[in-house]
Amino acid sequence: MSFLKKSPWILHYAATSCNGCDIELLACLTPLYDVERFGIVNTGNPKHADIFLVTGSVNEESRKVVENLYAQMPDPKAVVAIGACALSGGIFRDAYNVYGGIDQVIPVDVYVPGCAARPESIIDGIVQALAILEERARDRKRQRKVVAS
Amino acid sequence: MNVEHWGLAVAFVVLGPLLGALLAGLDRRLTARMQSRQGPPLLQPIYDVLKLFEKDTVVVTELQTLYLWGFLFFMVISGFILFLGSDLLLSLFALTVSGIFLCLAAYSTNSPYSNIGSSRELLLMMAYEPMLIIVALGFFLVADSFRVSDIVAGSPWQVVQLFGILLGFLFILTIKLRKSPFDLSSSHHGHQELVKGITTDLSGSDLALVEIGHWYENTILLGWLYLFFAPWGVALALPIALVLFFAEVLVDNTHARLKWATTLKATWVVTGLFGVTNLMLLPLIT
Amino acid sequence: MPLIALLIGFPLLAGLAILFAPTHARRADLVRWSVYGLGGATLALALSYFRMEPQFFALGEGVAGALDSAFLLGGIALSVYLLFACRRIKGREWYIPLLILAQTGLMLFAELAPEHPEVARQFYVDSFSILMALIVGLVGGLICLHAIRYMQDYQAHDLEVTDRRPAFFFMLFVFLGAMFGIVFSNHLPWLFFFWEVTTLCSFWLISYSGTDEAIRNGFRALGLNLIGGVAFAGAIVWLTHGPGLHTWELDQLIAAGSTLALIPAVLIAIAGLTKSAQLPFSSWLLGAMVAPTPVSALLHSSTMVKAGVFLLVKLSPVFHDTYAGLLLSLVGGVTFLVTSLAAVSQRNAKRVLAYSTIANLGLIVMCAGVGTATTIWAAILLILFHAVAKALLFLSVGTTEHLIGSRDIEDMEGLVYRRPVLAAMMLVGILGMFLAPFGMLLSKYTCFQAFLTMDVMPGDGILLAAILAFGSAPTLFFWSKWMGKLVAMPRRPNPIEAAIPRDEAIALFTLTLITYVACALFPLADWMFVQPYTEFLTGAGLIPLTDDRIPWETIAMMTAMLGGIFLLPLIFWLRPPRFAVVSGYLSGANVDGSASYRGAMGAEREVESRGYYLTGFIQEDLLVRRGLIGAAILMTLMLWSVNP
Ligand code: SF4
Repeated sequence: MSFLKKSPWILHYAATSCNGCDIELLACLTPLYDVERFGIVNTGNPKHADIFLVTGSVNEESRKVVENLYAQMPDPKAVVAIGACALSGGIFRDAYNVYGGIDQVIPVDVYVPGCAARPESIIDGIVQALAILEERARDRKRQRKVVAS
Repeated sequence: MNVEHWGLAVAFVVLGPLLGALLAGLDRRLTARMQSRQGPPLLQPIYDVLKLFEKDTVVVTELQTLYLWGFLFFMVISGFILFLGSDLLLSLFALTVSGIFLCLAAYSTNSPYSNIGSSRELLLMMAYEPMLIIVALGFFLVADSFRVSDIVAGSPWQVVQLFGILLGFLFILTIKLRKSPFDLSSSHHGHQELVKGITTDLSGSDLALVEIGHWYENTILLGWLYLFFAPWGVALALPIALVLFFAEVLVDNTHARLKWATTLKATWVVTGLFGVTNLMLLPLIT
Repeated sequence: MPLIALLIGFPLLAGLAILFAPTHARRADLVRWSVYGLGGATLALALSYFRMEPQFFALGEGVAGALDSAFLLGGIALSVYLLFACRRIKGREWYIPLLILAQTGLMLFAELAPEHPEVARQFYVDSFSILMALIVGLVGGLICLHAIRYMQDYQAHDLEVTDRRPAFFFMLFVFLGAMFGIVFSNHLPWLFFFWEVTTLCSFWLISYSGTDEAIRNGFRALGLNLIGGVAFAGAIVWLTHGPGLHTWELDQLIAAGSTLALIPAVLIAIAGLTKSAQLPFSSWLLGAMVAPTPVSALLHSSTMVKAGVFLLVKLSPVFHDTYAGLLLSLVGGVTFLVTSLAAVSQRNAKRVLAYSTIANLGLIVMCAGVGTATTIWAAILLILFHAVAKALLFLSVGTTEHLIGSRDIEDMEGLVYRRPVLAAMMLVGILGMFLAPFGMLLSKYTCFQAFLTMDVMPGDGILLAAILAFGSAPTLFFWSKWMGKLVAMPRRPNPIEAAIPRDEAIALFTLTLITYVACALFPLADWMFVQPYTEFLTGAGLIPLTDDRIPWETIAMMTAMLGGIFLLPLIFWLRPPRFAVVSGYLSGANVDGSASYRGAMGAEREVESRGYYLTGFIQEDLLVRRGLIGAAILMTLMLWSVNP
């Protein structure tokens, strides 16, 4: 078993969102949902994070930041896109300045739908990401062994 | 120095971090309860560290790991000396050196956040260092020795004699445990101007080393607190020390962060007012 | 005895040879050989008097008489030269000629007295003076070696400064000879002559560059040192004409104890305080930093200023358990506290070093004023560690300055990556200065113990200990801050191309080695130089016997820590962990690695972050001025307390 499951630390970035999803995401930390029960901590720092939560439809400004943050996260890591915007561009899809979806920029593992996404579904998304993370951790361990030998 | 002391010292090296982790876990739970949340499991800090070891480590410069080794090494030495019943002043010096190494690790990564974090950490060290020394001096005047084993076997009145110093120590304990209102250098809660301050650019096993170092530090600080009550015997002294230790959690959750200048001034005033005055009055109390 | 004569005389001759050397290359060779010769002679001296009881030497009557008149005439010549130099005084230093006249007058009044005391034994050697001689001979020699190349660059850099290098090296060597004179003279007026020679050298070397600032600072140094000189001359007059003690021999003065010797001892202490740049006289040492760096290293940190504390430590038994001693310690304490704080606000590496020098000397003065076996022990070890580590630091700052063209600490960012070897040497120097388990720690440790067990009046020791506790904290801050700059990863590759010149490299390497060995084998240094001295003093009943030595267990722990500092890098080097390298965290806005980021309006901006200097919190001027007043009051009280 991987300890990643017991202590997923998240990084949250709003890539040109309307902040609706972000408020829902932060609601997860409140006493009502209290995700710290599962060891989930909002680190605000890519170098400490395991799961990257991104909201918003991504424009040119935020694209670079998303890429940088993703690059600075140590493996194994997973990305969760939250909200209709992050999935496909949502209501901004036709705007001239957006890329329309996080997966246009970095690989996304879990898509959490909703406008705005509900806290319950966000937590569910994280839990799904955990399964992916665990697999990656196993792969990573195998890779390290290969490199070592 | 006998087998018992050596046993205790070795036990510190092996079990010290466990105790420290439990303290940290309890702290997180208590904090959660104060915010009417349920909070993480008691062993959460241990899960965190085990996870960090599973992660890759990314560094800004390879040398940062070396400084972190220094940090952990001196932290262990400091506690080893303390639990061996040896020299309190020396243990304190080792603790300081360890702190400096942590700052060096953060400085070496040279990101603005790490820089601010380590500068502030040094500033805090400058603030609390005199008080820590005065604690050692107070024990020396009461027990006539810097040796921890002599202090433990000291007079049961020592906590009364050193009451001012105890208050001063509790004040700086808040700084040492990086609790609000003195969590200037790095905070338990992300998402703020500091990011994670001193640990911003440490990741994976590097960060795990820092966490383990902090566990050791928790145990050491609890040990220092225990010393004040030590002559009363374990059964009484340990619970008191634990209660005082966790009183810091309450302080943490009821105060907003101070600015560095206020922190520095306040700490030195407290050190002078409680610490030095207590030392001066000591001949009258004995 | 021949060795002592050699040590005092040889530098003078070498200096003359260097002065008249025909070419630069020839001169450089002469300097090199003189340095090696001097080092060899000092080592020979150390070996031949290894761990001996103090040895005294009496000169034949004829020689003594000749030397007596030579030194008298020399003293007058010196005063005349200084008076002549005073022609360049503008305005504020009008008091200097008066001081020179006063001092010469006092000396003549003493020396020409019909019944002046006879000196039976003019020179002596004990393990403390051997240690001092080793510092002067080895560390001083290495600094001269470093100066060869440094001065060449210095002149090449600053074409406006007239090239007076022959005289420069002459002065350095004369100075070394005078220092040997100070540490071996038992004859107080002779000692005073050597003392004044060092003042002269310091004055000349500070004004070397001939700029207005340099000349002004030179005069300031001269003026303040002359105050000490007058006090010293006053002490000699007291010993000649005053009631009570009637002697010109240093050992008798020390042996006379506090009831008889306190007045002259306090007067000499004032001379010591001026020479060691303690508050209220400290300002000259900061001004002296305009001198070329080897001068700062030699005179203003590792040797000349040590002459002041050397005398104070020698007189320490007299101060034991007196109000004067306590007040002396407090002067040292105030200096330590104020200058440590002031150092925090400095960006200029040389000014940081200057302030920290004053602070360390203050610590030594604190020890000297207490005057127990342990504080004397601590003081001597402090002298040793400070001399080597500070010389190393000054020289490496000098070399760095020539490599990167700045002595600003902020500009030294990333030196560990840009110049690993130089940075490592600087780090050893800094570690040697303050970090456990190195030199300072030991001394601080014993100081705390000794302070808490002293009792002149209630609460005195606690006051001193509290001063030490508060003063140590800023030291930790400014040294670590500096180390932080050195170890910082440069945000852009920024290598330094120029090579370190050979002479400079030799000097730096040797000093690093000495620092390391002195720290690692400090029990040995203790056994060789310090114990024989303190044992002699306790044996002679001059200082009380105390058993508050550091327990072996503590020393074992310190050794373990030192081993750790040595082993960890070794292990790291043998089995380095291999981690992926990424850029530093810049809120994800990185553009060019860690070096720049996308700021507002999409503009690319360089990352900049500077150290904390707390200039709002610590106002240097105000702080130093307050310290000055405080120390002046304490010093007046000290004089008043010995009021007969
Ligand atoms: S999905 Fe809806 S709530 Fe979420 S960011 Fe987009 S517009 Fe806002």
